Amino acid sequence: MYAYDELDRTLINERVEEFRDQVKRRLSGELTEDEFKMLRLQNGVYLQLHAYMFRVAIPYGTLSSKQLRRLAHVARRYDRGYGHFTTRQNIQYNWIKLAELPDALADLAEVGIHAMQTSGNNTRNVTSDQWAGVAPGEIEDPRIWSELIRQYTTLHPEFSFLPRKFKFAITASAHDRAAIKVHDIGLRLHRNAEGETGFEVLVGGGLGRTPFIGKTIKPFVHGRDLLSYIEAILRVYNQYGRRDNIYKARIKILVHELGIEKFSREVEDEWQQMRDSDTALTLDDAMIEDIRSRFSYPAYEKLPHMPEELKKASADPLFERWRKNSVFTHKVQGYAIVTLSLKPIGGPPGDATADQMDTLADLADKYSFGEIRVGHEQNLALPHVARRDLPALWAALDKIGLATPNVNLVSDIIACPGLDYCSLANARSIPIAQELTRRFANHDTADLIGRLHINISGCINACGHHHVGHIGILGVEKNGEEFYQITIGGRADENAELGVLIGPAVPYGEVADVVEDIVEAYLALRARPDELFVDTVKRLGVEPFRERVYATR
Amino acid sequence: MPLVKDGKIVGDEFVHLADDAEIPADGAILISSARFLGDAEALSRRAGRTGVIWPNNRDLDDLVPYLDRLAVVALVFPSFRDGRAYSQARLLRERHKYRGELRATGQVLRDQFLFMLRAGFDAFEVKKPADAEAFANTVKRYSVFYQPTGDGRMTALHRRMMLRHSESASQ
Amino acid sequence: MTSPLEQKKIRISGPSVVTANRTWDGTVIYRTARQDWSEKLSDAAIVRTSDEARALLAESAADDVGAVGAYIAPVEIKESGKVKPGNLREHIRLQGVTIDLPVPA
Repeated sequence: MYAYDELDRTLINERVEEFRDQVKRRLSGELTEDEFKMLRLQNGVYLQLHAYMFRVAIPYGTLSSKQLRRLAHVARRYDRGYGHFTTRQNIQYNWIKLAELPDALADLAEVGIHAMQTSGNNTRNVTSDQWAGVAPGEIEDPRIWSELIRQYTTLHPEFSFLPRKFKFAITASAHDRAAIKVHDIGLRLHRNAEGETGFEVLVGGGLGRTPFIGKTIKPFVHGRDLLSYIEAILRVYNQYGRRDNIYKARIKILVHELGIEKFSREVEDEWQQMRDSDTALTLDDAMIEDIRSRFSYPAYEKLPHMPEELKKASADPLFERWRKNSVFTHKVQGYAIVTLSLKPIGGPPGDATADQMDTLADLADKYSFGEIRVGHEQNLALPHVARRDLPALWAALDKIGLATPNVNLVSDIIACPGLDYCSLANARSIPIAQELTRRFANHDTADLIGRLHINISGCINACGHHHVGHIGILGVEKNGEEFYQITIGGRADENAELGVLIGPAVPYGEVADVVEDIVEAYLALRARPDELFVDTVKRLGVEPFRERVYATR
Repeated sequence: MPLVKDGKIVGDEFVHLADDAEIPADGAILISSARFLGDAEALSRRAGRTGVIWPNNRDLDDLVPYLDRLAVVALVFPSFRDGRAYSQARLLRERHKYRGELRATGQVLRDQFLFMLRAGFDAFEVKKPADAEAFANTVKRYSVFYQPTGDGRMTALHRRMMLRHSESASQ
Repeated sequence: MTSPLEQKKIRISGPSVVTANRTWDGTVIYRTARQDWSEKLSDAAIVRTSDEARALLAESAADDVGAVGAYIAPVEIKESGKVKPGNLREHIRLQGVTIDLPVPA
């Protein structure tokens, strides 16, 4: 966990005071909405259908129990008792009042939480692998670099008014859990032949109206050059990104229009000039070490892989089902990473109540060294659980509804808030997700189907990441009715790929039937029980699925 | 429109000259880039002080040769949301070592003063009188800065390094 | 329910109202015929031509302090005279989300 020091806290407090003044000037009329809108967006405040929405940053998805309790407090005191975890590891509150926001921010600032740049045309939360620091085989903890980038990009005077939003993601594992290939800048931490730490830099990935997989702009940037190289990219984008059309303003469009070779040359040119005249952004070992030293890691005990408690509990089929589904290998023997599904059968995906958050904070203190993680699949995780504590933890999680054994399965759905909340949406997404969880409520069936990611977006802005869902569902509008386009074969990981449309959009009432048809087709066509859905699609293409779905439609 | 320099409202010595207005032999003038480039050598050596208004969608290359002869470079924020002039400002100060007055024009509002200052602007044609009056207080809003620009403010990282050195020195 | 935030030309196809969100707390509000706002749809001024709609919107948008994001929304007028939201989006804005909230109100 990164410990904020006096400087970090001072900055957050100064930001809160500035926003308090801005809200005051808005409510008095001194600032028009046109002048205020970008300022409130820079603090994560959107206007939605019924109310304002407040997006709070959870940098690289890491929270302390103290912080989680404070998020619960904000839900209770300023909202309607719950929060929603997002596909960028942040949390959203849907019913916040603008006039009370400065107080909510002040309450959050006390525990080192802020909402800086969670919206607006600036650089957003640097997301990472929710298993950072504990995943086996990880090169090193990517969150150290996420924090370096977070600080560098926070209130950057040159880049606070970019053509459009800008998102970073960073991974340090062979299996990419951070979806770096669909970010504006994706960073893959690795070591070169000399054993030095550096990054493969990808640029121009993104979803939305014009989805692109990111392209490698530089195969290896040394750690010490990371910030200066990023500055070069941002400067080229700030100057040449389109500002005439918001649908063509992301860096992915600039990269596409220039071509990656020309874009790379522009960046390289800028970077060389930067390095010639000034080395202020070069990171030396002492600076990197300073940030690294403020990440504390647990004092792990020496524990056996198969403790007595676990042996005994394996006789309980319900516990075993959960353990096989939600518990993952930790890099330290005797420990485990536990994923907490926020996808209860029949419930809205990704939500947690204030009560759940408070209880979870206590469980984190007891079983996870006080640390919680937020994943972009809208689930939570406890990253440091001793395996001997798994049975007790499971019992406690089950009591508060955080032990649904559907992680990575068909009912572990990623969905945006959709038309129930969002003013950009064309169609609802949450009720679709709920119905799908009900259709696939049987855990044996879900296990049989195996790993299957369904992503639902209520509009083309793709906040549900439908383009990279194994099954992607996109809400559209036809003559005032809700319709949905279905894609299959998308992937968000190191083999990132965009899904392919299977046919014409289907109406709201038929979506669940269509997904059932697709799953049935998969079960009939898969080469082996362990051939994943997405691999069957790769092998056979879209046609057999299209046939099955549209035969009677 | 009030002009702010050194944290306070001052009179503007420079006259914004329309493209078709006659250029006085003497006196401080601000002219468009098109006009300036039409006769750059002569204009940059005229008796009075000359300033150029440079558009935010144009590279600085054509301006750079004349920088040491210009009294003012004025950059433009057509909307406060258009941040291209921040990059231009930093390049002028940090790469091209421009030392004259760097003026922010266009939609210049209170909540961007500190960003502008840090990017290298030292003069501001402020849209609202109330904002101009609040300038000095506004730029005191922050005492911590994470990233280096040419403004000389020490970054948080460097402050931490200094603290560590002084800690270990005193041990 | 293509976002009306993308409305450019103002052209209505039936009875409409002007709606917005209250600035200080985000509550859904409707423009009345008395140059103010109400949370009740039944208080909303009904416009029936594009000109009327344009005029009401301009008048509403002038209240930049009190309201945010004003736009024109369709309504349905029942035989009884009762005014109802004219599409799903407006229905959701008035009645709330179509799902159960995680915490009962």
